[in-house]
Amino acid sequence: MLTEAARVSAQTAAPLLQVRGLEAWYGESHVLHGIDLDVASGEVVTLLGRNGAGKTTTLKSIMGVIGKRKGSVVLEGTETIGLPSRAIARLGIGYVPEERGIYSSLSVEENLMLPPRVRPGGLSLEQIFTLFPNIKERLRSQGTKLSGGEQQMLAIGRILRTGAHFLLLDEPTEGLAPVIIDQIGATIRKLKQDGYTIILVEQNFRFAATVADRHYVVEQGKVIDMIPNDQLDANIDKLHGYLGV
Amino acid sequence: MFEILGVPAQALFGQLLLGLINGSFYAILSLGLAVIFGLLNIINFSHGAQYMMGAFVAWMCLNYLGINYWAALLLAPLVVGATGIAIERLLLKRIAHFDHLYGLLLTFGLALIIQGVFRNQYGSSGLPYQIPPELRGGQNLGFMFLPYYRGWVVVASLAVCLATWFLIEKTKLGAYLRAATENPTLTQAFGINVPLLVTLTYGFGVALAGFAGVLAAPIYSVNPNMGADLIIVVFAVVVIGGMGSILGAIITGFSLGLIEGLTKVFYPEASATVIFIIMVLVLLVRPAGLFGRAA
Repeated sequence: MLTEAARVSAQTAAPLLQVRGLEAWYGESHVLHGIDLDVASGEVVTLLGRNGAGKTTTLKSIMGVIGKRKGSVVLEGTETIGLPSRAIARLGIGYVPEERGIYSSLSVEENLMLPPRVRPGGLSLEQIFTLFPNIKERLRSQGTKLSGGEQQMLAIGRILRTGAHFLLLDEPTEGLAPVIIDQIGATIRKLKQDGYTIILVEQNFRFAATVADRHYVVEQGKVIDMIPNDQLDANIDKLHGYLGV
Repeated sequence: MFEILGVPAQALFGQLLLGLINGSFYAILSLGLAVIFGLLNIINFSHGAQYMMGAFVAWMCLNYLGINYWAALLLAPLVVGATGIAIERLLLKRIAHFDHLYGLLLTFGLALIIQGVFRNQYGSSGLPYQIPPELRGGQNLGFMFLPYYRGWVVVASLAVCLATWFLIEKTKLGAYLRAATENPTLTQAFGINVPLLVTLTYGFGVALAGFAGVLAAPIYSVNPNMGADLIIVVFAVVVIGGMGSILGAIITGFSLGLIEGLTKVFYPEASATVIFIIMVLVLLVRPAGLFGRAA
């Protein structure tokens, strides 16, 4: 657990993740045009922006699961731009993709146990079942037989097992019922309390405001603004303009 | 001697056993193809040549090194698997991002080269390989005569198929393999070494072909063309079962062997084509194959 003072000092120290001039391509199409962002240890940061702005691509590029990327992504002092995604994962990043990535050819239990441990200090199965009791009842089911909410919990649960302390969550609330969204929000706040660092892609900035420290606004493959959560109210009109709501 | 449906029982069961033996080879070979196709998306046309290599390695072990059948049964798949690993690392890896067709052409070319090399060295008349002394002879079961070696082929194939199924469906390594087959990008993003899995999978699939080759050596003569003759039928089996289905490959392999055997008894004229007729029917009704998942 980080105290407020520790968190402030962490922010002034070298960031956990430093992204500079990140560019990325899907085949021929140039999607990111120079993303710059910093994430301090223990922070929850969101990427906001319209559809197609490049939020998901930014997460994919940090994780190294995109065709071609350029620029600089430094994680805890290690330049990762030339590394394959399996090596990036081993540095302690856990990735929850937008489509959740639950395997239909694996049971729920196999899905949960699949990602190898990358750091000591991952959650035990009991701790994961305490966070997400639904999963425990369904261990034998086929992964994709779970409801959307349960799949999301499984996708988050399986990376908490690995000991990764830096999580990339791509729209964890998309398409879910409000009661499930509340449960996921509570989970993210608990993870933040426990010192996890999180980048969250969100369409729903009302949800984002309940969990995040800062918001980066992404437009046309660039970061165009950064709004601290405590100044969100003062910037609400500007943000509405960015997001077109 | 009693008769079943107007056919002497001896003939019926004899053909069924023969069908089961052919089915054993269909099953092991189509299983290897299915495993390779699942993860690598490559239609491994050199599978027949690799089966032939298994038989030749067993023959070389015996004639050059004095290594007997039982040791060759372990050694030949390892040797053939190792050549498979080299092929994957040196060649297949480079075309992994291209269309299926490139892999098919490359492995087809490899098959021609491998067969050509062996034909050049050993001719194409075939070399004899003795049944191991422990399995010579047979047993009269009353309704048919069972040669021990043929019984062994069926049992060994079934055991290897079931072990492979267990490995893929029930173990942690198998879960990695299934995950990498379904979503390689995400699996890699969890820190799993997918390229290594790909290499090992190709090596394993090819080793299965080598194993089948050793089993076949005492039954068919060891011949550079033995795989080329078989592989076309095996591809039909794979199409019928559905590419990429493990259990489907095993069940379809054994069943089609039996159907072929039965056809030999009841309508011998069709025995060489029955599998292809079934293939056409299956393609018309279920293009993804009996056990395949539609893409």
